[in-house]
Amino acid sequence: MELIAFYFFSTIVLLGAIFILITRNLMYSVFSLFLCFVGVAALFVLSRADFLAVAQLMIYVGGILILLVFGVMLTRPKLRSEDNTYANYVEADNGRRLWAGGVGLILFFLLLSVIFQGNFISTEQHITAKSTIQTLGVELMTSHLLPFEIAAVLLLIALVGAAYLALHREPEHK
Amino acid sequence: MIPLEHFLFVAAALFCIGFAIAITKKHLIGILLGIELMLNAVNINLIAFSRHDPVLIQGQLFALFVMVVAAAEITIGLAIVLRVFGVHKSIDPDQLSTLKN
Repeated sequence: MELIAFYFFSTIVLLGAIFILITRNLMYSVFSLFLCFVGVAALFVLSRADFLAVAQLMIYVGGILILLVFGVMLTRPKLRSEDNTYANYVEADNGRRLWAGGVGLILFFLLLSVIFQGNFISTEQHITAKSTIQTLGVELMTSHLLPFEIAAVLLLIALVGAAYLALHREPEHK
Repeated sequence: MIPLEHFLFVAAALFCIGFAIAITKKHLIGILLGIELMLNAVNINLIAFSRHDPVLIQGQLFALFVMVVAAAEITIGLAIVLRVFGVHKSIDPDQLSTLKN
């Protein structure tokens, strides 16, 4: 049962990713990315990371995806068109297909050979607790306190930097 | 119990597709999409390995930090893309060749 769910969600993730690769409409690829992120959250649940799955839904789907849609909308060239559906089409051409396919396939087979050669020995220990939130919280507040604080400062810097960069976008205001 | 290798296969395929997207797209935001997919593939790997570490779930902690860095990266990336669009009126990375030569 678990395996069937795993295959179902991984098929969703991979099909969504392949659709992003082949489509030429950036709007479609952003919505396909939504499918991918939800599928990855389901894979997190299947590997017993409930808090990470919720964080994935909130950060990626709720934050990053909305931001990407805004970015797509704000950076489209203005064109006058009588057609009402032109807002649904943002052209993003695919180039260098041979390079991308070749390098991607080579990398994939390299990773596959590494996975097949890697002889992973199971420690016979698995997560059995219903939720990992308590362990995560305790670890974040004790042994991983410094990275936690650094992440907070990094987010603050990113916020200030993004606000500064996005201000005065028109060249005459420089 | 899903075998560990299955997670690794899915993550490897997702990483390679994201890599191909980052190479292929002639649009700066398309490249950002590819980078996000690659970060997600790495997160799947980390969490799959962290299943076998029930006491200190270090893989999940690391994946949390990866998510934080991804959020910071995407905000800065979008701000830069908006700025580039304001200056060059184009977001095709092939046409942004001011620094060439």
